[in-house]
Amino acid sequence: MTRDEFRQIAANGIWKQNTSIVQILGLCPLLAVTTNLVNGAMLSLATIIVMAISGLAIASLRNLIPHEIRIPVFILVVAALVTVVDLLFNANLHELYLVLGIFIPLIVTNCIVLARVEAYANKNPPLHSMFDGIFMGVGMLWTLSLLGGLRELIGGGTLFSGIDMVFPGLHPLQLFPSDYPGLLLAMLPPGAFILLGCLIAWKNWIESRAAARQHRRAPEPMAAGGLH
Amino acid sequence: MTHTATPPTATKMALRTAVILFLFVVIFTGLLSGAYLWTLPTIEAAAAGEKMKLINEVLPPGSYDNDLLKDTVSIAPTVALGQDEASTAYRARKNGKASALVLEAVAPDGYAGKIRLLIALGADGALLGVRVTQHKETPGLGDYIEPRKDKNKDRPWITQFDGLTPATAEERAWKVKKDGGNFDSVAGATVTPRAVIKAVRKAALYVAENRAQLFAPQ
Repeated sequence: MTRDEFRQIAANGIWKQNTSIVQILGLCPLLAVTTNLVNGAMLSLATIIVMAISGLAIASLRNLIPHEIRIPVFILVVAALVTVVDLLFNANLHELYLVLGIFIPLIVTNCIVLARVEAYANKNPPLHSMFDGIFMGVGMLWTLSLLGGLRELIGGGTLFSGIDMVFPGLHPLQLFPSDYPGLLLAMLPPGAFILLGCLIAWKNWIESRAAARQHRRAPEPMAAGGLH
Repeated sequence: MTHTATPPTATKMALRTAVILFLFVVIFTGLLSGAYLWTLPTIEAAAAGEKMKLINEVLPPGSYDNDLLKDTVSIAPTVALGQDEASTAYRARKNGKASALVLEAVAPDGYAGKIRLLIALGADGALLGVRVTQHKETPGLGDYIEPRKDKNKDRPWITQFDGLTPATAEERAWKVKKDGGNFDSVAGATVTPRAVIKAVRKAALYVAENRAQLFAPQ
């Protein structure tokens, strides 16, 4: 894998093809889980693990899978591997499992996994597919953390609530004064939709600004060349 | 003009695909069962460890010397414990003598559904400790029944049960102060403690009534 390919995979996952704000995939766990930053980040971490494994596995087996039955085979392989990882986690990293474990079943049913397997791992070599999975997860990580953080802050004035479940010594931050009444809407699913819409709009705004800047710069050499 | 290789017939294609799918199923089911069997002992040990940790929270240290998870008695579904399925009680013994009983009870009338409790009672019928194991009460309001969420760290709400003997304490005392009883509660969240107090009292009375059967030697 060249440096360029790697950079492209990373850029795709983190920004250009971001699962949550471009592909708009996996909204169900997204809405349910991003009531705070820690949950959003934990779901994404579990997703990174699952996506890396399934990308690697499907890309390695891709030449053995007949086209007609690829979907059932994908489901079988992904579900089996994720369950194995779930069991190994539970047995060997029990402390971490108590934190991440509840999110793993949420991901198995997530369409992001199947979508990436079908769109990418099915056509690309194993290492590329693994990195694609990881970076799709990283894209989800920052988006869900941001969304969770915003919902938590607007809804209750805190940040990092539940962090003591992950790192027992740490405490949540109370950013707004403790008499902040809270905005329940932000904590409820409609609030998640509204904030997600704002994030998508923000991304599109940045993109269109970048495109406009490029557009302004581009015509100059054309004019100099006298192609009009 | 003649084909050197005839294209496979539909039947052959279907058969080939079916065999491949079957092989995938066999391999990955094998992988799954292998992982399950391999991790089973460790996972069970971890689950038992967690259960013991919870039991040790309600039992005073050094109050037993037997293996509680092996010395159990099954309790049929009963309204007194709020259980609609059979539950298990763990019996603590010291030097062969029954010292305490740990059982699960459910408060069905919490503010947001059932509240699951773990209750320890001494051989004399006095409450040794109560812990909430599962609930859906309002975060930041009704969840002070969990010591971890209780703002009063020195004397969490749930420890008010310690040392009480329901058989002797009159029923009137088993209420929050707002209702004329002895229990503190947080203003604005009295439905939750009411449900817990009622469930604990009912469970303790149940144990007092069925003492002989529950504390019977193994």
